[in-house]
Amino acid sequence: MASEARPKLAVYKFSSCDGCQLALLNLEDELLSLVGAVEIAYFLEASSATLPGPYDVALVEGSVTTAEDVERIHAIRKDAKCLMTIGACATTGGIQALRNWKDVNEFIRCVYARPEYIHTLKDSTPISKHVKVDLELNGCPINKVQALEVLTALLQGRAPHLPPHAVCMECKRRGTVCVTVAQGIACLGPLTHAGCGALCPSYNRGCYGCFGPMENPNPDSLAAHLLSTGVSRSHVIQLLRGFTGYSDAFRAASDKLERIAQ
Amino acid sequence: MSASLPRVSASVAMPKGSLQQVFDNLRAAGYTLVGPTVRDSAIVLDEIDGLDDLPQGWTDEQQPAHYRLKKAPDNQYFSYGVGPHSWKQFLHPSRLRLFSVEKNNGSWTIRPSQEPPPRYAFIGVRACDVAAIGIQDRVLIGSEFRDPHYAARREQVFVLAVNCSHSGATCFCASMKTGPKVTGGFDLALTELPDIFLVEIGSEAGAEVLGDVPWEAATAFDLGRASRVIQRAERQDGRHMLTDDLPDVLYENLESPQWDEVATRCLSCANCTLVCPTCFCTTVEDVSNLRATSAERIRVADSCFNRDFSHVHGGNSRPTIRSRYRQWLTHKLASWIDQFGTSGCVGCGRCITWCPVGIEITEEVNAIRAKGGK
Ligand code: SF4
Ligand code: SF4
Ligand code: SF4
Repeated sequence: MASEARPKLAVYKFSSCDGCQLALLNLEDELLSLVGAVEIAYFLEASSATLPGPYDVALVEGSVTTAEDVERIHAIRKDAKCLMTIGACATTGGIQALRNWKDVNEFIRCVYARPEYIHTLKDSTPISKHVKVDLELNGCPINKVQALEVLTALLQGRAPHLPPHAVCMECKRRGTVCVTVAQGIACLGPLTHAGCGALCPSYNRGCYGCFGPMENPNPDSLAAHLLSTGVSRSHVIQLLRGFTGYSDAFRAASDKLERIAQ
Repeated sequence: MSASLPRVSASVAMPKGSLQQVFDNLRAAGYTLVGPTVRDSAIVLDEIDGLDDLPQGWTDEQQPAHYRLKKAPDNQYFSYGVGPHSWKQFLHPSRLRLFSVEKNNGSWTIRPSQEPPPRYAFIGVRACDVAAIGIQDRVLIGSEFRDPHYAARREQVFVLAVNCSHSGATCFCASMKTGPKVTGGFDLALTELPDIFLVEIGSEAGAEVLGDVPWEAATAFDLGRASRVIQRAERQDGRHMLTDDLPDVLYENLESPQWDEVATRCLSCANCTLVCPTCFCTTVEDVSNLRATSAERIRVADSCFNRDFSHVHGGNSRPTIRSRYRQWLTHKLASWIDQFGTSGCVGCGRCITWCPVGIEITEEVNAIRAKGGK
């Protein structure tokens, strides 16, 4: 491929911890071939040198939390042929969306010595609430193998392989013993989009739902079952309100549990 | 005494410690031993070396969505039921590279997967699982369309079966007429008694493995004790399923309100299909490198509970959880019979124990029958 034909890639950050961008940089072995295949035109985490748009692919990390963010994401959308969100913050609002259930001004008063310097929106929202998103890559952080798969598929003009079924499939394929059934550990795996390879259950932890809701989540049923086995309502609400707690499916389920409790 | 080899179909008594000698003989004959062992709070199936790896003195407690490993009141080797794993993970692995392709100097080379399949000796196969292997044999190698990967593994397997002495609260092998006694499809079948193993010889290969092992012809007393152990297990079966009116009762109730009811509970998580020893569906994933110079095709376990499974040109033929649960249950218990001549269920109870919300196939069939007025 001639160098001028390389598609231009831009990587942006909003409200986030940089973990997903680091996952991209962690591609290590594959990074060199990636640089050969695409032109990294804008990626401040990796290099301060930037090239002007428009870009063929924009990867967006982080959620929208300020008025400037809203303007910036619209400008980015205009400049990008294909816009892809990376990670739980960009696709669901992230862990910082926990503030959406509280009064953000109280947090500001508690945390900052000079609250008057802080200008922020009431809610942390996913990118898709503001602009059209072409593809969402889940995870907190994203799985670098999936990131490479998506970029490879884009370059080769084929559909990326990102199965939307439950984490349980990955658990069973690798032979992990179900932590919920064998140890009574509450696990969000049956509701959660695959992609991590069922990492947490393989370390005897329940799934935290980092990859957000799977294709047809049924959180009310899992919540009812957990309650019937003696897990407290507040624990189930906390479990649903994690890294992707502001996703439609998990939010509706935790709000419902809260309403019943009141 | 064991001057010569026992006859096929004979039963002999063997000291318990001699099972190690049987294992050694199998290994000497080139087999890789897989059997039950304790790991991650459960009795799983994995490669084992000897008697010490078996879950001696362990048992399990099973209920819908509930499994607990527990100390057994006795110190036997096989005082537990089937666990989360089944033998299909060795015969029909959940992940298998089918082939890879590579581009060199402008032309493509195709490389079939070269890994020679291991020669497995399965240790401690229960009656329901012997039946399940028989069902997968029909499906995967029983017609002109043979799965060569399954065939290569299956053809060299040695089956050391065990008659169940305890059945679990989620078992219903007696209803499905598959257990708890193993009646065929084995090389050796053990019944564990407090002092000895009673060994039934199922094949020439089974007799040969007993080679230098000390054995005596089984006495009427031993045979009586063994059959009482198996009868006790049969009485313990925790679940029952009336099969006389299957498959008709399901075909007549395809619009039963019970399908809507179960869909409110089912998570469509696919656990039931993946733990089921007869479910066989797979899909393929093609993986290519960034420079498009190499690719591989991987076969992975799939499930009718996944959306993409029923995605066809123009849309999805089973878009709801209701339609997927109905597909699973009616295939297992009804259309499987039309398709392959046997039920797709052997009554092992795994789908009941390992469903994260404890949906019971037996109870669903009862509810459908009750709501259908039958
Ligand atoms: S441990 Fe969690 S993800 Fe794994 S099978 Fe059990 S419920 Fe599903
Ligand atoms: S029946 Fe149970 S194990 Fe099967 S898909 Fe539904 S919830 Fe999952
Ligand atoms: S349907 Fe359930 S009980 Fe029947 S063979 Fe499969 S896992 Fe076992």
